[in-house]
Amino acid sequence: MTLTYTQVWVLIFGLAALTVLIKALGPVLLGGRELPPWFSRVIVLMAPALLSALVVTSVFATGRSWSVGAHTVGVGVAALMLWRRCSLVLSAVVAVLVTAGLRAI
Amino acid sequence: MAAGRDEGAREAFLRGLKLGVPFGVVGFFLSASFGVLARQAGFSVAQAIVTAMIVFAGSAQFAALSVITVGGGIPAALTAGSLMNARFLAMGIALAPSLPGGPMKRAAQGQAVVDSSWALANRGDGTFDRWLLFGTTVPQYVTWTLGSVVGAIFGDALGDTHRLGLDAIYPVFFLSLLVAELRDGPSRWVAACGGLLALALVPISPPGVPILAASAVTLIGLVRRSR
Repeated sequence: MTLTYTQVWVLIFGLAALTVLIKALGPVLLGGRELPPWFSRVIVLMAPALLSALVVTSVFATGRSWSVGAHTVGVGVAALMLWRRCSLVLSAVVAVLVTAGLRAI
Repeated sequence: MAAGRDEGAREAFLRGLKLGVPFGVVGFFLSASFGVLARQAGFSVAQAIVTAMIVFAGSAQFAALSVITVGGGIPAALTAGSLMNARFLAMGIALAPSLPGGPMKRAAQGQAVVDSSWALANRGDGTFDRWLLFGTTVPQYVTWTLGSVVGAIFGDALGDTHRLGLDAIYPVFFLSLLVAELRDGPSRWVAACGGLLALALVPISPPGVPILAASAVTLIGLVRRSR
């Protein structure tokens, strides 16, 4: 890392301020009013789209390139467990164990 | 009337607290691995903990950290973190009509949004249960802070988080939320299309952009008359 101690603080407070701003923007600009029916049809689909993109990019990509690894297998096993209604905590533990196990081999 | 609404609020808040616990447990380990990585990147113990406490957005924290770890500067790190956070714009827009009060009050309430609380508070009809959202966030904020403390202080003893497989936690966290969202045909189609679009954009855009871009596939809601 090339940042000084003070620069790290600048980064932390900058990131915190930007996060607050981003989270505030939607509620400030669009709050307190009724929105048309098409709006809610779009909104209900927002969660599956965003969550799927988060999962896919964290499993099949590193930075700006596609890549898979031991964690892909670990997460795959956890995906099956979640689908079979296992708890999140148990599935996460198994994902970690499988990933660590594969990397130890 | 007002009293009745408050009772509903209390009940929703308590239900949220309970729903937030498993995510809080997993978040503890996510935040601990952030603490370890931050210390390795040159953060002081206090800096690692304060980051978790005032940024409180895992993907942005990891993104910013990975930029400076490879020698990037503050502007690049802030950009990476904000792009990861860009999905909160979409979430904030979705949530907006469900928040009462003036602009400042709504802005403050919007700060309670984290991925899991937003997804769980989604009633599935375009509105959100804000008290459930607040409740779900509380245990996660507590464990997020505690996790960073443990990671930052005991990180050296823990060793290499990559070797320990802790990087597998992050996708599983979001996967558990996704599985709950795949209730019907349109949701599954949108999840598949959003995932593929994001993956296609990975090589040609900075990290974070593919995720925000995936929200564009929800515009399919405009052409579909019924869910």
